[in-house]
Parts: sequence; C-alpha cells; structure tokens
Amino acid sequence: MANERKLRILVAKPGLDGHDRGARVIARALRDAGFEVIYTGCHQTPEQIVQTALQEDVDMIGLSILSGAHNYSFPRIMELLKENNAEDIVVVGGGIFPLEDIPKLKAIGIREIFTPGSKLDDIIKWVRENVKPRKAAA
Amino acid sequence: MEIVEQVLRGDVRAVARLLRDIDDQVPSTRSILKELYPYTGKAYVVGFTGPPGAGKSTLVDQITAYYRRIGKTVAIIAIDPTSPFSGGAILGDRIRMQRHFLDKDVFIRSVATRGHFGGLTKSTHDMITVFDAMGKDIIIVETVGVGQGEVEIADCAHTTIVVSVPGLGDDIQAIKAGIMEIGNIFVVNKADREGAKKTVQELRTILDMGRRFRMDIGEMDDWEPPIVETQAHKGIGIDELCDAIERHKAYLTAQKPEQFRKVMLKRTLHQFSETLRDELFKEMVRRIERRGDTLESIAERIFQKELDPYSVSRQLIKEEFISHEQ
Ligand SMILES: Nc1nc2c(ncn2[C@@H]2O[C@H](COP(=O)(O)OP(=O)(O)OP(=O)(O)O)[C@@H](O)[C@H]2O)c(=O)[nH]1
Ligand SMILES: [Mg+2]
Repeated sequence: MANERKLRILVAKPGLDGHDRGARVIARALRDAGFEVIYTGCHQTPEQIVQTALQEDVDMIGLSILSGAHNYSFPRIMELLKENNAEDIVVVGGGIFPLEDIPKLKAIGIREIFTPGSKLDDIIKWVRENVKPRKAAA
Repeated sequence: MEIVEQVLRGDVRAVARLLRDIDDQVPSTRSILKELYPYTGKAYVVGFTGPPGAGKSTLVDQITAYYRRIGKTVAIIAIDPTSPFSGGAILGDRIRMQRHFLDKDVFIRSVATRGHFGGLTKSTHDMITVFDAMGKDIIIVETVGVGQGEVEIADCAHTTIVVSVPGLGDDIQAIKAGIMEIGNIFVVNKADREGAKKTVQELRTILDMGRRFRMDIGEMDDWEPPIVETQAHKGIGIDELCDAIERHKAYLTAQKPEQFRKVMLKRTLHQFSETLRDELFKEMVRRIERRGDTLESIAERIFQKELDPYSVSRQLIKEEFISHEQ
C-alpha cells in the first residue's frame, strides 16, 4: 500500500535578472503534470541551488536563465553536485542560449536544453521519459 | 542500522532521503522511526498557522534569524497545498527564506498536503521525530494557508502562533471558531496596513470572551495569549514576537510543569493515534487482499447496493480481528 512515489523537481533561477515569469510558467506546468515543484524565486547562487536540491531530495533541477549567466552558474552547479555525490540528480536548462553554447553545456552533464521555442507539452513529455523518482530504501 | 547513525550524525543527504520515504509511506521507515524515537523529546516545536498570504513564511524567516543569532539550530517544515486536480504542487515557501539556504544549521523541507486535511501532512509528526533525533533545537512548522478548520498544528507544536492580517473581512470572521482556541500567541501581521488596531481589538474581545467562558466551566489556565503587531517584511515587531515565544516556552517549561506535561502528552497522543489508525487500516487492507478482494471491488458492491459501508466494515473487523483471535 505504499503511496506512489512523486517526482520532486526544483525550479530555480540563477543569475541577476529578476524576471521569473518563464520560471513560474514552467513551475505551473510541472505542477499540472502531477509533480511536486519546489520553487525558490530569483537570484539564486549555485551554492543555494545545490543546498536546496539536497535538502529537498529532488530528482531533477530545472534552471531558468535569461541573462547569459549560464556560462558560470551551470558548470559550478554540476561541480557542486559532484562534490556532494549527487550526480544522480538530472539537470536541465531553459531560456535563451547562444546555439554554440548548447554542446558545451551538454558536455558538462546538462541533460537537456529547452529554448523559448519548446512547447510545454514536449517539456513535460521529456521529463516523464527521462526522469524517474529515486528508488525508495528497501 | 546505518541510516540511524547517519541521521544522528546529521547527514543532510540521508535525512533528506528518509523524509522523502516517510512522506511516500515506504513501509521500512517504520522500523527506522522506531530506532530514532528514543533520541527524541529535546526539540521545541513552534507552529505558524493563518490564512494564505498572511506572511507566515516571512515570519518563519525572521524567527529563524533570531534563533540562529542565539545559537540554536533550526529545522523548518513548510507545507503547501496539493492541487486536487493534478496531484501536483508548487511549494513556494522557500522564496521568503533564501538567506538561510547556506546555513548548515538550518534544514528547510517543503511538503505538500497530498489530500490530508487539518493543515498538516500525514508525515508531519514523523518528520518532527527525525529532526528532533537529528538534534535540531527548534522545529518550526508552517501550516498550509487555507480555511479556518486547520487546528491539527496544536497537536504537534509546543507553541502555536495564529497569524492574521488587517481587513480580512468586516470583522474577524476569517479566524473564527476553532482557530481562536489553539493560539498561544496571536500575530497581526501587515500592521502597516489600515485597520491593524481594529483587528487587534477584535481579537482581544474574542479572546476575553473565550477566557470568561473557560473560567465559567473551570477550565482556566493562567496563560493570557499576547497579541503582537508585526511588519514581517521589514522586521518590525519581531523582537516582541520572539519575546512572546520565549515567555510562553518559559511558562510551559519552568513555571508550569503540569501544563508542559499536558502539552507533551497531547503531542504523544496525537502521534500515537495517527500511527495506530494508519497501521490498523493498512493491516485491514492487507487482509482484504489476502482474501483475494480489494477495497475498490468492495466499493463497487456498495455502490451497487449489494452491501452497505456500515455493515461491511463491522463484518470485516469481526471476521479479521475479533473471531480470529478466539
Ligand atoms: N505590506 C506587508 N506585506 C508583507 C508583510 N509581511 C509579509 N508581506 C508580504 O506578503 C506576501 C506574502 O507573504 P508570505 O510570507 O509568503 O505569506 P504566507 O502566509 O507564507 O503565504 P502562503 O504560504 O502562500 O499561505 C509577500 O509578498 C510578503 O513580502 C507585512 O508586514 N506588510
Ligand atoms: Mg508561506
């Protein structure tokens, strides 16, 4: 009779700009897909994001970016996850990225990049197919 | 058990995973909780309840800063509603607590109600057990911000704080029956708004009425719930609120040991009854399944009016729990 395991997702917004409309839209879409979404607001440092992910035991981190801060924050987040033995957490990015940056981001372990053209339905579908809730302890 | 050691050591990852398993009702968590239970009883639990958007998270953030200044370690359980349509949830209380994210002595956990009524989650009391065993000095619980009937927090917290704001309605209807009885401290937040004084007065009147009523029936205790005006987003009135919490704690722990015993017993009774109810239900479901039946198929027969819920429940209990034992 164990409850079904719910996917837990952190939606975070690193960087300095304070526009989080995109992040809110995706948070709502993920909720409507039946996931539990931890939403922490703007101006998050990589350290804050990783600490939150660990305390909340999330399966996935979705990073929303507008201002090009990904060149610093994405690698740093991946590094911190590694330091904390938490590489099993799936990390994806969403927002505006120069095309030539995308392969570089994938090379450091960002699993997928969603650009402004991505449909919400496709994002949800991707999540369902690629992210599974962590197994419960025996 | 290794996990028990890890929790006692304060291992963040291990605790975070255990909390998840508890929330998901993984059966093996029962034996872990059993091992942790002897290490509990030291933490002080403070509960915040009140309508949506009243400023609960902002107050929790401020109170956490206070406890950290005096060197206490803190755990926060922040509850938000599950959407009844999708089963998903947006857990956004952390937005107000960002300054504590990097503090190793503050552990914040966001949880969704998942259909539980009462203001808490099914898992709240067990999560308190984990944080208590982990050695957190203070555990702060923010209830889900809905309605008025959410009084379960009073069965979990040592000090319950009821938050309201000016202008909730023509009068204080928004925090009426039930909620008034459980508050050890009342906060009128957003005191920068018009009508704060009026709200304080109305609260005072209701509290006095309740006091007289309790006096008449001889159920008087001598704690008079203070009403504190705050502007949480600016940190105004927070010292007074912290002072009120400390006074209530001192009242319970130092002045009134018999009151403290009562609160501790009430908390224990709540946790015990919830666990017993849960275990009994799960045991019954197991037995029904062993008979080759399911809850759903029984419901189907009830729906077809072949059975009725009252007799079938009694019948199952009789067959499974009573006649079996003889
Ligand atoms: N004007 C004013 N705004 C405040 C005050 N305290 C908090 N707020 C604002 O009120 C809004 C809601 O505050 P929260 O702390 O999130 O309220 P909450 O009760 O936790 O909300 P839920 O968890 O959604 O029920 C935020 O925008 C705060 O900045 C205050 O004293 N005055
Ligand atoms: Mg809140």
